[in-house]
Amino acid sequence: MSGDAAIEAVARASLWLKPHRIVLILIALALLLGAAFFMRWDWLPQYWEMGLVGLWRSLWILAVTCALGFMIALPVGLAQAAGPIWLAAPAKVFCTIIRGTPLLLQLWLLYYGLGSLFPQYPWIRESWMWPYLRQAWPYGVLALTLSFAGYEGEVMRGAFAGVPRGQLEAARAFGMSRWKIFRRVWLPQAFYRALPTLTGETVLQLKSTPLVATISVIDIFAVSSKVRQDTYLTYEPLLLLALIYMTITGILVLVFSRIEARIPVKVG
Amino acid sequence: MMAHVTAPASNQTTRNGAAEAIHVENLHKKFGQLHVLKGVSLSARDGEVVAIIGGSGSGKSTLLRCINCLENPTSGIIRVNGEEIKLKADSHGHTVPADRRQIERIRSRLGMVFQNFNLWSHMTLLENVIEVPVHVLGVKRDEAVAQAEKLLARVGLGEKRDVYPAYLSGGQQQRAAIARALAINPRVMLFDEPTSALDPELVGEVLKVIGDLAREGRTMVLVTHEMKFAREVATHVIYLYNGLVEEEGPPEQIFGAPKSERLKQFIRNIG
Repeated sequence: MSGDAAIEAVARASLWLKPHRIVLILIALALLLGAAFFMRWDWLPQYWEMGLVGLWRSLWILAVTCALGFMIALPVGLAQAAGPIWLAAPAKVFCTIIRGTPLLLQLWLLYYGLGSLFPQYPWIRESWMWPYLRQAWPYGVLALTLSFAGYEGEVMRGAFAGVPRGQLEAARAFGMSRWKIFRRVWLPQAFYRALPTLTGETVLQLKSTPLVATISVIDIFAVSSKVRQDTYLTYEPLLLLALIYMTITGILVLVFSRIEARIPVKVG
Repeated sequence: MMAHVTAPASNQTTRNGAAEAIHVENLHKKFGQLHVLKGVSLSARDGEVVAIIGGSGSGKSTLLRCINCLENPTSGIIRVNGEEIKLKADSHGHTVPADRRQIERIRSRLGMVFQNFNLWSHMTLLENVIEVPVHVLGVKRDEAVAQAEKLLARVGLGEKRDVYPAYLSGGQQQRAAIARALAINPRVMLFDEPTSALDPELVGEVLKVIGDLAREGRTMVLVTHEMKFAREVATHVIYLYNGLVEEEGPPEQIFGAPKSERLKQFIRNIG
């Protein structure tokens, strides 16, 4: 039995190993071996742990800012798609400002601007928030969250507006309350419509996270910079960093495509 | 010329004494300057099949959609099962349902079937059929599933329960939409041109399902272009012209001996 399985596995592998794939694998191997033999990696053991901590920090910042940002994006998108003018207008202004200015500027405004205002107020210094507010990461998380919310708010506006009216009308005709219509029909259909775009936006968000290194949050990017400063090596840490970001991107795309494959096609 | 469905002499003899499921009185509907319904009345008693016919733009779909307030009437009285829908003027001066709970409760007892099916595209057929029973009417899920399976089998879609609407033909989608409407055990079924969006070869299968429902005594209000079908299944036919009831009566009279010149011409043209 296991023999059959093995034969089958070999057969499947040989089916997958098309000529172009073999060539690509050989090139990748050559690059890897070249990098291993002709470049310096003796610094790796020393920075290994710092790298892992930095990687973890990058990953949770990505996860938290995407999750929080998306939660803000939902009302922002909904307000623009269907809200009254006094909700739609501020939402539109928010999206326009966020999308119209560099993320680095937003980050620095929050960190150097807001962050330097807080210590002037004794009641803030004495409050329970102060231990957090005097650190850098909350400003990084806030800036990245708002940025994601701004872009995704616009995406969700389109997704909400794109759900066919008949879908909502059917829900109305059967006596669903407005909240139920939103939860059972409008939101899921809008989400499915937006999903392919959200994949791309999440990958973009990953590559925005290194900006927090500019406000002294030590993410994986900051670790690589430190290695570069300490060892005077230029290529090795940067190439490894590139490999790490590409791997995370690959995993993200894979996960999202799995989710996409599970949703009913041709929604709407 | 004006409709007097409340108690015209001719109706008392031909229409049974059952309770009135739908009662519409002096309904007006304006879209901006456009006066679509100009004082229409309609009554459907239990077990009756009321067919609304008329040319395009006559207001027949608008009339049907006013019954469950998918369109808010400009003025008039609508009673469902004897309960009058409370209306009020909103801040823009439009008439809207005054009591959201009331209109939601009434809607959940009126099974609507749309011209474009409007099955929820992110749900399988089974999920479509159990959606309202489970999430609006509070039926237990396994009970709803058992009933949905029966209903889908009944409209000939028992095999398709786990299929998404996009994979089905128009005729199959419309039959599933009828199953969805039946699942709420509706007091009245409302059909809004149920076969108008179908390819000609698919019309028959949908009409057969609707016809079976009519024959077993379902109360329905049906807007249709299928004159032969209306003549077969309807117990009462209303001919709308330009926002008014031009003529109404039993199908034999409407199709066999029309009085109004416009109706005669309409039947000639469409038949």
